Amino acid sequence: MSAFFSWLSESWSYYWPAIIAVIAAFLLITFMLLGAIFSVWLERKVSARIQDRLGPTRVGGKFGWLQTLADGLKLLVKEDIIPTSADHLLFRFGPYIALVGSFLAFVALPFGDNVVAENLNIAVFYMLAVMSTEIFGVILAGYGSGSKWALFGAMREAAQVVSYEVPMAICVLIPVIVAGTMNLTTIGRQQTGMFWNWYLFHDPFTFCAFWTYFTCATASCKRAPFDLAEAESELVAGFHTEYSGFRWLILFMAEYGSMFAVSGIATLLFLGGWNLGILPFELSETWLGWVGNLINVVVFLVKGFLLVFVMMWVRWTLPRLRIDQVMMTCLKYLLPISCALMLGVSVWQLIFPGGVLPLGPRPGWWNAAGAPAMVGH
Amino acid sequence: MAPGRLSPGGGMGLMDAESIQPILFWILAGVTGGCAIAVVLAQNIVRCAVWLLLTLGGTSGIFFLLGADFVGAAQLLIYVGGTLVLVVFGVMLTAQGPFITMKIGPAEWAVATTVGLLLYAVLAASLWTWQAGPPNERMDDSHHSLSSTVLGEALLNVDKATPRSNLAGMPDSAQARPRKQMGYLLPFEIVSVHLLVVLIGAAYLARAKRRRGVAI
Repeated sequence: MSAFFSWLSESWSYYWPAIIAVIAAFLLITFMLLGAIFSVWLERKVSARIQDRLGPTRVGGKFGWLQTLADGLKLLVKEDIIPTSADHLLFRFGPYIALVGSFLAFVALPFGDNVVAENLNIAVFYMLAVMSTEIFGVILAGYGSGSKWALFGAMREAAQVVSYEVPMAICVLIPVIVAGTMNLTTIGRQQTGMFWNWYLFHDPFTFCAFWTYFTCATASCKRAPFDLAEAESELVAGFHTEYSGFRWLILFMAEYGSMFAVSGIATLLFLGGWNLGILPFELSETWLGWVGNLINVVVFLVKGFLLVFVMMWVRWTLPRLRIDQVMMTCLKYLLPISCALMLGVSVWQLIFPGGVLPLGPRPGWWNAAGAPAMVGH
Repeated sequence: MAPGRLSPGGGMGLMDAESIQPILFWILAGVTGGCAIAVVLAQNIVRCAVWLLLTLGGTSGIFFLLGADFVGAAQLLIYVGGTLVLVVFGVMLTAQGPFITMKIGPAEWAVATTVGLLLYAVLAASLWTWQAGPPNERMDDSHHSLSSTVLGEALLNVDKATPRSNLAGMPDSAQARPRKQMGYLLPFEIVSVHLLVVLIGAAYLARAKRRRGVAI
């Protein structure tokens, strides 16, 4: 009997990392799906309120909480139509590639201090990289549909997303220059303390970079006012014209997933991550322990979904840009602005390497907790 | 080359999974190899691109498994997010019919097979004679192991961080150099600026010519 138990514990320690990985992946996928369900409900409510309607009120109580579940059920039982002229393999592949690209980004996204599936040293870069593969799913969906409408939608969308990735990546670099690391957990830790420690308020350049980043992120998530390639509320929905049922649902889950992912990046880089902003210490390091971590996660989720809410608010408020205006906004305005901001923040860091105001525990260049000290200086 | 040797010898988080690594390696290697074969065998160009996407994804997965996060992410960003999108764009813009298939003549098959076999022979011969060196000693500073910091500091010629491994692609003699030298930063920047010049030149050549006096 004891031999059995020792064998059990041995095999447990042998498989333990794999089991943890599976649990982490399960939690992340659950979060992503629940987040999508919540976002769809939120989108319905927000759009309704902005248009002076009530939105869903019946399914699941007063606020229509279960409306999205009912929608999902409807989509599940819908007929799965694949056009005869479509390339069946590509038509099937497209949504999955989009979803995988969106999901993989969550692997490196810290929800709290050390509440992260994989604490990557280059988390920001990794997230941008895997989210850039999402556009390939869009192209495949459009091309594989075998329809001119979907093809044109996909091409416009791909041109837009690929263009907006450039200023977005530059805007991400701006707080990275200030932080001296690409590790999102470290960047979050550096902003511990009161809210003026957030990188949003570090200097004028990071302040402007946040708004530029958020604009680019909105566009790279194909959200209004940059959604002419789709325009599913007025036209016939661009690249996913031919999709129906569950495949269409997967494409939308990918979109809502990446909406939260870019909002999470913005939260961590500019808005103090999981820090409450009114406490001068890290919650999880106090006597609260894991309860502190839980509060951190809640704070992070609230901040992230607030940004998602702003995206929805913008969507239902602003008129849509024409496709040439979309490209012009990116290449003629956002790209030069982001380049100027990056230049500015570099000069700023040279002049004020330790920050301007001697407030709180702001770590300087390379002396951040977790970042290696520069050797030989 | 036993996959067990590929493990970077510990590190952080889930990468500690030494026992799981060989399994993951074989899965990734199988996917990568299978998709690479599919790239060759597929007749439809866009399907080729899809198989290539999976191949590149598998390769970057192997990089992540090795702890070379930066290389893996760069692979995804550059090849999948950039080059492959361009390839598919090119196919879409130049296509005559809805779905393009390639016609490959027997001569092309013969040439391709010869070149492929020669390349395989070179790789196999060099692997056959390859001797495993002593495993890389684990660096004292835990932040340095499994990170791209080593690579960046080597570019700046920071002494302590000059890599002991060939992973970073630097010669071992770099350790002994005096600190006055520039490191690899200047050549790297020159190459990047050169690339930028090429891109601008290409855009200049490809732009639509405007006639004088015609407003657009």
